[in-house]
Amino acid sequence: MLSELRTIWEVLKHTFTKAETVQYPEEMPYLSPRYRGRIVLTRDPDGEERCVACNLCAAVCPVDCIALQKDTREDGTWYPEFFRINFSRCIMCGMCEEACPTYAIQLTPDFEMCEYDRQNMVYEKEHLLINGVGKYPDYNFYRVSGMQTATKDKGEAQNEARPIDTKSLLP
Amino acid sequence: MPTIYIDGQALEVAQGENILEACLNAGMDLPYFCWHPAMGSIGSCRQCALVQYQNEEDTRGRIVMGCMTPVTEGARFSLNAENATEFRSAVVESLMLNHPHDCPVCGEGGECHLQDMTVMVGHRDRRYTGKKNTHRNQYLGPLIHHEMNRCITCYRCERYYRDYAGGKDLGAQASHDHVYFGRHEEGVLQSEFSGNLVEVCPTGVFTDKPFLKHYSRKWDLQSAPSICSGCAVGCNIAPGERYGKLKRVHNRYNHEVNGYFLCDRGRFGSGYINSDARLDYAGIKKPDGSFMAVHQQQAIDTAASWIKHKKIAGIGSPRASLEANYLLRELVGAANFVAGFSDSEAEIMGTIVRSLKNTTASNPSIKQMEAADAILILGEDVTNTAPRVALGLRQSVRNKAFELAEQMGLPPWQDAAIRNLAQDQRSPMIIVSAMDTRLDDVASRCVSLAADDIASFGYAVAEVLAGGKTEDMAVNEAAEILLGAKNPLIISGSSMSHAGIVNGAVAVAEALGSQSKPAMLSLCVAESNSLGLALLVDSGLKTKPLSISKLAKKSSKLDTLIILENDLERRASNTDIELLVKAAAKIVSMDILENSTLNNSDLVLPAASYAESQGTLVSSEGRAQRYFPVYQPAAERLPSWQWLLQLADACEHKTLSELEHFDQVVSACAASQPLFTTLVDVAPMRDYRSQGQKIPRQTHRYSGRTAMNAGVSVHEPQQPEDTESPLAFSMEGLNRDEAASLIPFVWSPGWNSNQSLQKFQAEVDGPLKGGTAGVRIIQSTGLGALQSSEPAEQILKSHQWHLVPVHQVHGSEEMSANTDEIAELAGPAFIAIGQKVAEKLGVTEGDGLIVTQGKTDISLQVKILSRVAKNCVGFSAGYSETLELTAGSLVSLIKDQQWVRPTSQMIATDKRTGTQGGSAHV
Repeated sequence: MLSELRTIWEVLKHTFTKAETVQYPEEMPYLSPRYRGRIVLTRDPDGEERCVACNLCAAVCPVDCIALQKDTREDGTWYPEFFRINFSRCIMCGMCEEACPTYAIQLTPDFEMCEYDRQNMVYEKEHLLINGVGKYPDYNFYRVSGMQTATKDKGEAQNEARPIDTKSLLP
Repeated sequence: MPTIYIDGQALEVAQGENILEACLNAGMDLPYFCWHPAMGSIGSCRQCALVQYQNEEDTRGRIVMGCMTPVTEGARFSLNAENATEFRSAVVESLMLNHPHDCPVCGEGGECHLQDMTVMVGHRDRRYTGKKNTHRNQYLGPLIHHEMNRCITCYRCERYYRDYAGGKDLGAQASHDHVYFGRHEEGVLQSEFSGNLVEVCPTGVFTDKPFLKHYSRKWDLQSAPSICSGCAVGCNIAPGERYGKLKRVHNRYNHEVNGYFLCDRGRFGSGYINSDARLDYAGIKKPDGSFMAVHQQQAIDTAASWIKHKKIAGIGSPRASLEANYLLRELVGAANFVAGFSDSEAEIMGTIVRSLKNTTASNPSIKQMEAADAILILGEDVTNTAPRVALGLRQSVRNKAFELAEQMGLPPWQDAAIRNLAQDQRSPMIIVSAMDTRLDDVASRCVSLAADDIASFGYAVAEVLAGGKTEDMAVNEAAEILLGAKNPLIISGSSMSHAGIVNGAVAVAEALGSQSKPAMLSLCVAESNSLGLALLVDSGLKTKPLSISKLAKKSSKLDTLIILENDLERRASNTDIELLVKAAAKIVSMDILENSTLNNSDLVLPAASYAESQGTLVSSEGRAQRYFPVYQPAAERLPSWQWLLQLADACEHKTLSELEHFDQVVSACAASQPLFTTLVDVAPMRDYRSQGQKIPRQTHRYSGRTAMNAGVSVHEPQQPEDTESPLAFSMEGLNRDEAASLIPFVWSPGWNSNQSLQKFQAEVDGPLKGGTAGVRIIQSTGLGALQSSEPAEQILKSHQWHLVPVHQVHGSEEMSANTDEIAELAGPAFIAIGQKVAEKLGVTEGDGLIVTQGKTDISLQVKILSRVAKNCVGFSAGYSETLELTAGSLVSLIKDQQWVRPTSQMIATDKRTGTQGGSAHV
């Protein structure tokens, strides 16, 4: 009996406090950049696709909603031939972003992805790839490490020495 | 059995092994890099360190290398002592000083031994602030991709390539931290076994180049136990599939057959399965000669109307499964069934089957061949006809070294010491062949003889063994080494298309047998199921089995001819094919790739490749082995056995229409003749369960299941069900403790690389926990094989030569030659001559010669060999350009004046294909 009265009192008290709910969609809530919403594929500062199709996001995905196929560019660098996320399965856990070694895959604060038709929840690379660097403005995987590319010779990655001349007799 | 103590735990270990082996046998995880079960220890990587104590009181101990320390009674070790774990972690840390951070773009990532070992020792943070060494890569051909930055200098590649496989063009260069593994200059790796570098390298220096073009991680591949169809050795393979494409072929361990290694034809020769020339739908020929696609049921109904109550015949195939051949034979009746060998091959296969059934010699597995201490090879270039056997023979000639080591008290795993001790001393091996063979470099004597003379050589050796005398030094030497050996091995085969050579080899084996010396006799045959097919036709009838040419002659009385996976162009003369096509009212044929036989047919049925179907193959060892589908056939393809079963059903065949499942076909086939009764034991039947479940073809970390088909429909389809085998197209179930013939891939917690194999072996380098896959079905009566008399010699006119088939590991085999990389390596068809003949004809390597055989003239490129028998010229066997040439026939040669010399284009080809080429190789 006492507990019921106390509950009524508590509810009554809240009538006079400031409301937390907002009038969505007229009023948009603030979501921080690290909010885990719609997934995008970003580009590096040079405008190239960041994704190297290493498959780590697909492997770590707990609902297995990422599928991709690796292909190779003329200069030997890797990129995804296709990259597909089935958002009707995605749980926005962000583990793909954590696993990504190139900061390619990032979650954004956009959560408005409702569709009438489930098939429209399947995003291909053309839907995922944005023309920007996302949360990591400076990072370019191939400048830091990785194999030789068209613009980076052997030994030009971060912390690398010039290639060894095996025919040299010098120590 | 000494007892040793590891961290206080008493272990009974085998005498003569080292501590690393003892630890792995006990299930302990001791990291290692340079040690390999097939190649022994050299102690170069310093990774398998543990602490050894003097006695119970000793608490300090000293660090020793596990792979270099033999077990001794009462020895005390610690794996977990702090200084041991610190030492191992420090070793990995120093290996990682120069290792690039490119795992995301490395073909080894996810199945990398270095990744596994780094995680195992717990190294994480880089402390060294200096720069990383870098190296230039090399172009190593279309099969192997080179990325030298990743090297940890364990020397496994060099030890495998040079010491184990006998390669000469890959080795270590420079010293200290400049060490480099590569060729002296860019170019195609010359060894037929270069593909094993991919599995031998503990990291990503050597990776599978064709696989990189359409790469998937190991955890994403759907795999099944399979058998290589590249030749008759029957190596066990584990092909992997993703997105409906066969991605790569990996070795599947079989203790007695292929062990840890495959040849390049087996590893890289399956690309044809993804070819655009594959048929998707059945087709009926329209009056204008083009084909109209029809559905399965329509095709079967049409075929049934042509077969039912009609006069029919069937042509089988040595590259189709035993079950498919059996079904066809039952469908058309044994009297109307042609094996599908060419006429000459049919004769040799008959000889081989009769010999194997009665010989006093044993038919050895590769493991047994590796124990041979004297070898006589008659007429066979084993490296090109049964490649994996040749790799085994390179180990058998080392038995001399192991003998010396035993006298010195050296354990067999002391690799560097034994090689140093023996230097160039090898067990004797005599090669009698018409031309160069790829084993000449390890032979103690090479004899160049024409085909008939090789046969006579065999008989002569047999005569000397029986007490006869001869002037011929080589014959005497051969008899002497065979008599002096504990395990003599005689190798011959069908590649020279000469039954006399096989008979000669059998004569030698029998002569040894009658001296009560048990010999091993291995007879190489051409295709994956040649022996199985020969066994099938050998016992069906009292009369001689029908041949293609005989069928062609009587085909006017034929309504329908059914051809099973056989391109007649490769096995019959053009006149016979024309006769068949004209006379048979209807031809129904099924095959994997488009070919001329299909184009001549009235109804073609698209057959599934080995990767999409199941069946039994009988290897040249007489070992029946089962392959299972890796993935389901696309479009309306069906495995041949299912086409035939459905045809039989539609025709209301008396016995066959009662069969429904593959297992029932196997049982029916097994009941058909006494030799086949053990076929039911080749692999577990479809009701087999491990831990109550089917064996999963997918890894537990198979990714993308809810997205891979979402591009077509977001509504996920049910996993396909496999009603025919104990394997499932699923990741459910446990890939552990199953029968050896069912292991689809190897993986164990903490061991993602292929080194996890040791968790599946009963002991290091021993058989698998589930036994050894396959059943040997030929039980010899031991009565002694009958020998026919010596062949008569042909008389040569001047300017005439005997044609000798020269088999090539890349190019001679029908199916693999349709793979791009193999075709590139195969090069153009050639005519092989000796230096003297070349001078006489006025040609040099790369010129053209017109070869005239009867009425046929063919222009072929000249290849000059160092060793050619008198009056012999070789031609590239099995190439589409040389199909009209017949082994043993007489030809004349004239220089082709219009010949345009080809220019070398190897590196240019690589650049054109793009993917891993271009500047990345600089």
